[in-house]
Amino acid sequence: MQVTRLLAISLGAILTNNFIFSQFLGICPFLGVSKKADTAVGMGLAVTFVMGLASAITFAVNLILVKLGLEFMQTVAFILVIAALVQFIEMFLKKSIPSLYTALGIYLPLITTNCAVLGVALLNVQNEYNFFESVIYGITGGLGFLLAIYLFATVRERTEFAEYPEAFEGFPIALITSGLLALAFMGFSGLEVWPM
Amino acid sequence: MNIGKQFKEGLITNNPVTVQLLGMCSTMAITTSISNGVGMGISVLIILTLANIFIALLRKVIPDEVRIACFIVVIAGFVTMVDLSLQAFFPAIAKSLGVFIPLIVVNCIILGRAEAFASKNSVAASTVDGIAQGLGYTAVLLVLCFVRELFGSGKLLGAQIMPSGYVPAGILILPVGGFLCLGTLIAAMQWALNKNKKKAEKAGRKEAAE
Repeated sequence: MQVTRLLAISLGAILTNNFIFSQFLGICPFLGVSKKADTAVGMGLAVTFVMGLASAITFAVNLILVKLGLEFMQTVAFILVIAALVQFIEMFLKKSIPSLYTALGIYLPLITTNCAVLGVALLNVQNEYNFFESVIYGITGGLGFLLAIYLFATVRERTEFAEYPEAFEGFPIALITSGLLALAFMGFSGLEVWPM
Repeated sequence: MNIGKQFKEGLITNNPVTVQLLGMCSTMAITTSISNGVGMGISVLIILTLANIFIALLRKVIPDEVRIACFIVVIAGFVTMVDLSLQAFFPAIAKSLGVFIPLIVVNCIILGRAEAFASKNSVAASTVDGIAQGLGYTAVLLVLCFVRELFGSGKLLGAQIMPSGYVPAGILILPVGGFLCLGTLIAAMQWALNKNKKKAEKAGRKEAAE
């Protein structure tokens, strides 16, 4: 295990191959829960946590599937594991850290259908990452999501007061704004500090 | 059951992408070429129809409390079938769509239609709904693919269309292009639907005045 490889994976997941702006994973919560900066941060942190944990668990599940020769059940197995994981986290938080539970509210169950979570599990297998690389990719991918949704929410708070054509009300202006953010993130493409 | 109305809803007035705003990830990610759009559109159409039929059949058996989990298992089963068939028969398309085929499991259109329509309606109506909504999704994909491939690379289905002096607007093929094109398309739909609504309101007011 090389530290530089882990750093390269992290940099890629946060900036150059950001889950939102270059891989289009997790757009639904990104557009849905970004009206206010503080809820956006809550969602981002919850997603980061679930993505890290899901990467670790799906890595183990995948080992079992490969051993049994059931790789074709990957999608079904992963989505069930993620749904169960989110349910457990919800129950655990409700019992032990109720303040965090109320802060996250409805966003927690929504994470099950966040394609960034299933996406990271599938990408880990596709890229043949080992255990540490998977977990790091999951966590930093989540941090990339957090960065994207926070930046977007702060911009969106300001576009509320801007004047634009009526037809762009709601989603279209949000999409155009995120398009411009994606353009800014393109500036990171090709950035390579540590060789893979 | 009104088939015409269901198709009109799926394609225009209640289009899954431009009106219900579902399934944005795949819509923006894979619409860089017509062949991708056709592959993805047909896959979703098949999965959506099969899942709708199956869920409508089981709607009286599935207990209410665990329905979401049941829906996801049904959908994941069909997605796996389509994923493996694509890999076997159309490896090129499967490769270019990549992770987005298995990700149809969490595509909100399918879960959304299962929850909003198939779990409450007859098998026949759900079948029509699946086809109509699937076609609506495919139509949006094709419009975006057409614009992005034609102007972004000057080609359609790999054949050069634009005159040789045309410099492709490469930005349209990049992720940025996906956001901008979809944003503009939804804005156009909102504009058109609002115009119709205003017209209807005006006509309604006139009738009331008379």
